[in-house]
Amino acid sequence: MSSAELQSRIQQGFQEEIEETKLLDCMRCGFCLPACPTYIHSNYDEAQSPRGRIALMKAVRDGDLPFDDSVEESLDLCLGCRACEPACPAGVEYGSLLESARNVIQKEKKQSVKEKVVRHAAFDHLFKDQQKMNRTAGMVKFYQRSGLQTLTRKMGILSFFPSVMKDMEKVLPRIEKNEVEKGVVYEGKRQNKKVAFFTGCLMEPMFSKTNEATVNLLQELGCDVWVPEHQVCCGALQGHSGELDKARENAKQNIESFLEMDVDYIVNNAGGCGAFLSEYDHLLKDEPELLEKAKAFSDKIIDITSLIYELGLTEKGLSYIGDKEITVTYQDSCHLRNVNLVKDEPREILKSIENVHFVDLKSADQCCGSAGIYNLVQPEMSIRILDNKMEDVESTHASIIITTNPGCLLQMKMGIERAGLSDQMEALHLVDFIQKYILEN
Amino acid sequence: MKLCQKHGLPIVPRGSGTNLAAGTTPSQGGVVLIFRNMNDIVELDEENLALTVQPGVLTEEIHQYVEEQGLFYPPDPSSGKISTIGGNISENSGGLRGLKYGVTKDYILALEVVLPNGDIVRTGGKLAKDVAGYDLKSLLVGSEGTLGIVTEATLKLIPKPFYKETMLAVYESLEDAAETVSAILANRIIPATLEFMDQGTIQVVEGYKQIGLPTDCEAILLIEQDGPKEIVEQDIEKMYSICKEYGALSLSKAVTEQEAEELTRARKDALSCLAYLSPTTILEDATVPRSKIAPMVREIKKVADKYDVRIHTFGHAGDGNLHPTCATDARDKEEMARVEEAFAEIFQIAVDMGGTITGEHGVGEMKAPYLEWKVGELGIEIMKAIKQAIDPNNIMNPGKVFAKSTKKRVVVSNV
Ligand SMILES: Cc1cc2nc3c(=O)[nH]c(=O)nc-3n(C[C@H](O)[C@H](O)[C@H](O)COP(=O)(O)OP(=O)(O)OC[C@H]3O[C@@H](n4cnc5c(N)ncnc54)[C@H](O)[C@@H]3O)c2cc1C
Ligand code: SF4
Ligand code: SF4
Repeated sequence: MSSAELQSRIQQGFQEEIEETKLLDCMRCGFCLPACPTYIHSNYDEAQSPRGRIALMKAVRDGDLPFDDSVEESLDLCLGCRACEPACPAGVEYGSLLESARNVIQKEKKQSVKEKVVRHAAFDHLFKDQQKMNRTAGMVKFYQRSGLQTLTRKMGILSFFPSVMKDMEKVLPRIEKNEVEKGVVYEGKRQNKKVAFFTGCLMEPMFSKTNEATVNLLQELGCDVWVPEHQVCCGALQGHSGELDKARENAKQNIESFLEMDVDYIVNNAGGCGAFLSEYDHLLKDEPELLEKAKAFSDKIIDITSLIYELGLTEKGLSYIGDKEITVTYQDSCHLRNVNLVKDEPREILKSIENVHFVDLKSADQCCGSAGIYNLVQPEMSIRILDNKMEDVESTHASIIITTNPGCLLQMKMGIERAGLSDQMEALHLVDFIQKYILEN
Repeated sequence: MKLCQKHGLPIVPRGSGTNLAAGTTPSQGGVVLIFRNMNDIVELDEENLALTVQPGVLTEEIHQYVEEQGLFYPPDPSSGKISTIGGNISENSGGLRGLKYGVTKDYILALEVVLPNGDIVRTGGKLAKDVAGYDLKSLLVGSEGTLGIVTEATLKLIPKPFYKETMLAVYESLEDAAETVSAILANRIIPATLEFMDQGTIQVVEGYKQIGLPTDCEAILLIEQDGPKEIVEQDIEKMYSICKEYGALSLSKAVTEQEAEELTRARKDALSCLAYLSPTTILEDATVPRSKIAPMVREIKKVADKYDVRIHTFGHAGDGNLHPTCATDARDKEEMARVEEAFAEIFQIAVDMGGTITGEHGVGEMKAPYLEWKVGELGIEIMKAIKQAIDPNNIMNPGKVFAKSTKKRVVVSNV
């Protein structure tokens, strides 16, 4: 395809897929700019801001600007963290605009044979088939097999890649035996609530201990925890990188599997997945026969911190097991905060524990640079964001940095390594922190 | 600058691009100079109560920085979170505190400006009094990037008022609210904030936020006073009884910061809620003498009905700076034509009432065709002569402030 042909196909794709009203909602006030990490860390480059990206999408759609590398770079460099959404006074649905634009580009761009193979391997097989995922031993292997490495190479940043990979390897968790079994109902200590547990495709092989801790905690708080057997990856990674059709397939399968039993909530412990699950109704908006089910599904989605908060964890008189006070801080999961608007619950939980001194992290509301596979495909920007964040982390003097999403967790671990703080600080998922350090009085 | 001068290339200075009058649109091409990276706070001079900054510092950064030192920089445009001081100076921006504390121009002590030929001029100084020659500094403030580029500014600071109270008054009729405003000022009280929302705005905010605003009321006033505790308490008490006397249906008073937050929420959410209504939001700032607020709001409503467009008004009641805000859809050409007609008529009415086409947003490219209505033919001539003297080749932000042709006056029969 010639570049002119590609340009016109992308323009046409934008016209079909990107709702004009959503673009027009932007009144170009710029209130989102201070919230956007890529704007801040690109020395205030308007093209790397939400307002700039919306303007570029609109210009391409209207034919005022041809789709070219600079437009693509601007959209590629977006973290998809959606910090721009709560900052926007006009309610612009940026996440949805970005998703549609990426979907069109992905569809129309002539994919190299290699990239096709890679994407096929990653999205058609790995993320769809949990068993295959589980068998991949370790993240490195996963990245190699999924071909993300090739993707990165394609983007011309090979020279940078090994250093990220090196940092990453250091922090990868050991693959543990998976203790949370699918198809099982784990009975609660008392009968309080009945919940279904979403295990997460990355959480399951790499953070099986966290999943175990999650189930234990819920049982402790009186929940029957059912782990639906046929659940699959939420589809976020596919959805965010322009493979909406594949994401929809996963969504359909999850809806079917989770609605098999009547539960009070569908709980997850990964902020990124939770946000995507809670927007299935939006994802399937063009499939009217499914919409009602999708809504029923999405309405039941809750994240682990909100659920344990609701179940009264803060009133249990918890305390830290050590004899001295410990200082902890918290890095928000972008999607938990910006999409599901959960920011107080994890903080309140930490504040409620005796002998835990909670210090707010200055830039907690800004993305850590992990953002799905962003840290691998855009290592330069990701590292810039991370190193900046670590300065703020250091100034909290915390011994533990707590997160609520696996991607953030790995990224914070990597940040600790990079900042040379590994002898004084660790990164933990909130439920692991509770499991490891907290006792009921 | 010298290069652009040599090649006759237009220069468009830009801060954060939040202006509302197409003031940074490079409609004639050229170089857009963005100042966001010139963002150092150069010096805080506590003896002279002066702060020297580069143009790309954000307004909010200035507020935070000086308030940590117990000092105060009053101009507070609602866009302060992202607007730059360079933009504020060039638009002479106002804000909620304008009535009591004045606007940007009242806080500029000195400027360093690069002229279109590349010469650098410093004007003003850390002086409370200075009458040496024409006041060039004041000419440059509000010049919208058409005369030169601001590269450094020295701002006047004042001691920070340490105490604040907030109250909210609800009115059945617009006139009662307007009379309250006049009565407060006639009683020798100048509140720090005196904000107003009309019925349409109240209904929209309540529709989205459900915070219990009475949607059958014609007006809400948000009133704040700051300063020494005894005086604030005294003023608030007095204003409380004035509001009552002039027919306020209900009154709420806040002492804690959290309570104050609740009361100010509706006003703060006004623009946001109006923006939710439709794809396109047009925020205007026609301004009238404060005695004309009630008739002006009524006229705006009449005009909106006449042209069948949706316009709601909120704004700064204390200084007559109103924000008639239109919810529309830029794709609907026919409706947009009506919107334009409606606003032309609103500007005309404002000018006829002794007001102006823009109170704080500036002229830019959008309001250039209306400028003559306010300043007259002679006014335009003088301004053009100044522009010609400083920027003879018209390279500084061309097309802004001065229009190719003036819009024909609307004949408004009913004022
Ligand atoms: C939601 C919203 C609310 C607003 N509320 C208010 C309000 O309450 N009060 C108010 O007064 N305004 C308000 N505004 C308007 C606007 O924010 C102000 O005019 C602000 O001062 C512009 O700052 P900026 O940095 O964005 O400047 P820009 O928009 O980038 O530029 C404004 C003008 O200044 C010129 N300029 C910028 N920097 C320089 C420089 N260094 N040297 C020379 N010229 C320069 C530009 O050429 C342009 O003409 C609001 C705008 C929005 C979107
Ligand atoms: S999603 Fe995040 S990175 Fe992308 S534009 Fe919004 S704030 Fe910026
Ligand atoms: S805050 Fe919203 S309306 Fe304003 S520029 Fe950003 S996306 Fe557009």
